Amino acid sequence: MTDLFGFPVPVILGQLMLGLVNGCFYAMLSLGLAVIFGLLGVVNFAHGAFYMLGAYGTWALLNFLGIGYWGALILSPLIVGCLGIVIERTMLKRLTQIDPLYGLLLTFGLSLIAEGFIREGFGASGQTYPVPELLQGAVNVGFMILPIYRVWVIVASLTVCLITWFVIERTRLGSTLRAATENPQLVQAFGINVPLMVSLTYAAGVALAAFAGVLSAPIIQVSPLMGSSLVIVVFAVVVIGGMGSIMGAILSGLLLGIVEGFTKVLYPEASNIVVFVIMAIVLCWRPNGLFGKG
Amino acid sequence: MEHPRQRQLLYLGLLTLGLVAPWLGVYTVYLMTLYCFAIFACAFNLLLGFGGMLSFGHAAFFGLSSYVTGWLITSLGSSTIVSILGGVVASCLLSVVFGYIAIRRSGIYFAMITLALSQIVYFVCLEASFTGGENGLQGVHRGSILGLDMAQDSVMYYFVLFCLCAVFLAIERIIESPFGQVLKAIRENETRAESLGYFVNTHKLIVFVMSATLAGFAGSLKCLVLSFATLSDVVQSTSGEVILMTMLGGAGTLLGPVVGSAVVVTLQNTLADKVGSWVNVIIGAIFVLCVLVFRKGIVGEILAYLKRKER
Repeated sequence: MTDLFGFPVPVILGQLMLGLVNGCFYAMLSLGLAVIFGLLGVVNFAHGAFYMLGAYGTWALLNFLGIGYWGALILSPLIVGCLGIVIERTMLKRLTQIDPLYGLLLTFGLSLIAEGFIREGFGASGQTYPVPELLQGAVNVGFMILPIYRVWVIVASLTVCLITWFVIERTRLGSTLRAATENPQLVQAFGINVPLMVSLTYAAGVALAAFAGVLSAPIIQVSPLMGSSLVIVVFAVVVIGGMGSIMGAILSGLLLGIVEGFTKVLYPEASNIVVFVIMAIVLCWRPNGLFGKG
Repeated sequence: MEHPRQRQLLYLGLLTLGLVAPWLGVYTVYLMTLYCFAIFACAFNLLLGFGGMLSFGHAAFFGLSSYVTGWLITSLGSSTIVSILGGVVASCLLSVVFGYIAIRRSGIYFAMITLALSQIVYFVCLEASFTGGENGLQGVHRGSILGLDMAQDSVMYYFVLFCLCAVFLAIERIIESPFGQVLKAIRENETRAESLGYFVNTHKLIVFVMSATLAGFAGSLKCLVLSFATLSDVVQSTSGEVILMTMLGGAGTLLGPVVGSAVVVTLQNTLADKVGSWVNVIIGAIFVLCVLVFRKGIVGEILAYLKRKER
């Protein structure tokens, strides 16, 4: 087998694959953050907690109700989305007129509450979730061995990302949404129920995070703190991509996942910080992010 | 609190309370921890309350300084004063770099950037060899300062109390200086301040460095008080805690951060062994309450009440 940078190619491809899977999670989470920020002006710190709740929902559905992976793929995001509506209606709604920093602080508090509850209920250690039968095993594609479940994660999350992008950028619903981002009063004057749209957008954004949580359940330890470190990376991704662009959020998520995978091969010690270092460099070079306007 | 006389009386009363507290049977290590966090919160308030910038990564400066102080003492056997200075200088230098990057954006982005940058410090402290990894640095000796034996809790207590008073007065002085006035102008209306000819970014960077340096001072002291430096000093939740202390007490008020840190440290101390993880739920709930109904904080609400009564 040939080498690249002094590392065997299968090792590099394996890490790239893992990086791409991580990149898919970054893309889904930063997409949700960008959509929520666009309409609500809130940086949703609780995004990581919703991701964690999505994974715990999957685990709980199997262990308490006997509902398997495919059911959870629909139900878990739905449940988390409903929770999102309740939070938006009861709390975030009151913060629309004031400094957006309060939204960040509120959702930070909410994520502490969620993590505390889960840790008290299910313990601090991780839970394992089986890979669904249909997606077990791996295929040999000649130059490397592909675990089927990871391929499924990539396909599923890219599909969801592209559907979201299509809905927002190419449909009538999406154009109303974008109009409401620019000028909510005017859109409301046209007879569109903007508050309802805001609630549903928040629900959709957090449901996206929960969907990512379901996808991640079989490949990582489902633990109370799984979201809190991820959300910080996603923040950095969002700063790099610029929060205004949907496609920018998706692309920078994928790209940074791959870069992180590469770093794991070349210099493993730096793999945890590479995204943050890139963020610092991008900020010095283009303060508004790679895809940001202005 | 508008009258200087009233304010002086209040400060004197609090100082007396601090001076006699050890004789009232209050556990001094608990009080010292509280004072360290009070210094940390006061430093943070300089940035949030008067500079209008929300840093979500102040634990990086607090923790780095704590580690550097601990390392200087345990590995190089430096004297206490030198070790404190070393920690403070380290966080000062770090804040120049972080500040230079972070002030390129404001508001929400500033918060996210500082959070992401602080995460670098966290991972470096986790993996570097000088920090002791997951165990942290244990057994940091307090040594002596000016011939006073800091190993005695009673001596250390008065030293920390003195530091708190010094930082508090220094911050009061900064805020009332022309520099502080410009800061308030920038906080209220950045564009206008800039059009009046003030170098907005320079002012922002300076206040960021000041705040981070003082936060580092708090971290050094905390390392000496508890004789260890651990990852919990640099972790993101510590950044969250200092925000909570400042908000709960009242951002933009002088005494607020002191009151807020007293409440939070006391809560953690009394609840930690009784309720376990619920302490996180309680802290989160206080956060939510603060944002929804209590935005001025304890001291802020009292000041507003006094103002209403005067009318």
